[in-house]
Amino acid sequence: MSFELLATLAKTGLWMALLLQVTPIMVWVERRGSAMIQDRLGPNRVGPLGLFQALADAVKFMCKEDITPAEADKFLHRLAPLLALVPALTTFVVIPFGPDVTAFGRQVPLVVAGAETGVLLLLALASLGVYSLVMAGYSSNNKYSLLGAIRASAQMISYELALTLAVVAVLLPVGSFELSEVVRYQQGQFLGWIPKWNALPQFVGFLVFVVAAFAETNRLPFDLPEAESELVAGYHTEYSSMKFALFFMGEYMGMATLSCLAATLYLGGWHLPFLSYSGPWWWVAAQGMGVLVGKATLFLLFFVWVRWTFPRFRFDQLMRLGWKVLLPLAVLNLIAVAALTVGGVL
Amino acid sequence: MTVPVSWYLALAAALFGIGILGVLSRRNAITMFLSIELMLNSVNLTIVAFARSFGDRAGDMTAVLDGNVLVLMVIAVAAAEAAVGLALFIAVYRGRRSIDVNRLNLMRW
Amino acid sequence: MEMAVFLLFAALALVSSLVVVLHRNPIYAVMSLVVTFVSIAVMFVLLGAPFLAAVQVLVYTGAILVLFLFVIMLLNVSGDSSRGFDLHKALAAVVAAGFALLLLTLFWGRYHGLDLSPLQESDVALKPLARALLDTYLLPFEIVGLLLLAAVTAATVLARRSQDTSS
Repeated sequence: MSFELLATLAKTGLWMALLLQVTPIMVWVERRGSAMIQDRLGPNRVGPLGLFQALADAVKFMCKEDITPAEADKFLHRLAPLLALVPALTTFVVIPFGPDVTAFGRQVPLVVAGAETGVLLLLALASLGVYSLVMAGYSSNNKYSLLGAIRASAQMISYELALTLAVVAVLLPVGSFELSEVVRYQQGQFLGWIPKWNALPQFVGFLVFVVAAFAETNRLPFDLPEAESELVAGYHTEYSSMKFALFFMGEYMGMATLSCLAATLYLGGWHLPFLSYSGPWWWVAAQGMGVLVGKATLFLLFFVWVRWTFPRFRFDQLMRLGWKVLLPLAVLNLIAVAALTVGGVL
Repeated sequence: MTVPVSWYLALAAALFGIGILGVLSRRNAITMFLSIELMLNSVNLTIVAFARSFGDRAGDMTAVLDGNVLVLMVIAVAAAEAAVGLALFIAVYRGRRSIDVNRLNLMRW
Repeated sequence: MEMAVFLLFAALALVSSLVVVLHRNPIYAVMSLVVTFVSIAVMFVLLGAPFLAAVQVLVYTGAILVLFLFVIMLLNVSGDSSRGFDLHKALAAVVAAGFALLLLTLFWGRYHGLDLSPLQESDVALKPLARALLDTYLLPFEIVGLLLLAAVTAATVLARRSQDTSS
């Protein structure tokens, strides 16, 4: 095996190890967080502070009966939960978590695939996520599931536009699709102490991106495809046991990778000012990953906070927000950023 | 080992044939439309393959770029076509409760 | 390696495109067309056009086919009205096979034996493509933009429920 292949495997392994931890941790954070917001206790029986609740949940999921509705489309019903993990487990490859380091006498970039099409690849893979939802909703042969699937498909394409336009505005001054370049661009400070993060000059784009990210991950206030009070559980109404758990994992891991993307695009990624990335390669990698995970965690906590604070949108309100507010905002932001870039300000 | 350009062309020809089969044999407007998209894609594949082959032989990249730009245009036009086509289907369905092309015979002599 | 990837995805493209035209359920047709388009995107990567591959997946599978699914589910389109194998379908198969064979012989006769040199790093660079798209071909680019605008307007007008002004 060549050194490059080994290095790629090692980096992929690191990401996988981290991403697979996201779901249990986030379940705990979500439940305890919601309890805190609603002045309850939350799960506190399994382990200290209920920390092992996720473990108990996992055991429960595995022991539950796996039900497939009699009239369901068996093949698609089985395929959908597997596809839910595809975008979550592929998009991280273009997210850098450190500078190039020298390990074992070789130059190693701290990103799994430093493709020149970087962000575009990520957006393309992420856009495949909607198929799992639609498949699940259609194959269940249940009107609530189908309604959830229809809503999911309309919502995803509507908000993808705004999301992509916001991302394009970030890429304009950088002049590259590569996320490593985006991080490099954000190094340095304004006025000597404010980090030169895109979130500051491009706060409109940042706002659009975050709102669209909520819609893309089907989180409240935009969780219309699964709206409990109207559609039972939307597209995954007819799923139980591990199949349901896979949807759950896909949702949380999708949130995690989107948070990493948001941190990379708008908050400087793995780079933190005043932190010297020197020392042995593993220390640099650990620092970079630590900073990236820290920033992504901020976004994840924000996701949870918003979920337990805002009421759900109505579907027509959702569409109106997407097409009549976010999209024009994103276009205006893009035009402004383009003008500033040409003018040499950014 | 690199793949000879004729193999890409053969694949594209086969896909184009399958697309023709779909358009001619299906009576469901949606499936026919999908087959047309398939044919467009097979043509895109030939364009990219030809562009690469010509650029390779001439030793200059502009031919490859020309091909890529052309394919980008085709994709954009296909997107426009899909939007209008699907809107048409919805409009037709509203009036006729069906998008089976065999039953859309109102304008037949 | 390259050959193996090509063969795998060529087979995938052929099988899934056959499912597209032969399966009676339009949902299955769209889903397998997703597989076909992703396979073609892989072909683009092999041919040194990674940008096109990303655009292909982003635009075709990420947007156009989702739109198809949306319409299919909205209209509750069921299977085909014509069942079984009749003269019409036999004729269609003959025409399709004839056309494919014609193309195949043309392509094979003229281009067989032409090997492609391995890709260089500079062959897949994005900057020259951007320059070609926004400099050499700026006018067509703008016209395509205009066309998209016209299509959006047309689609909105067509799909809009009439506002009961005339009736």
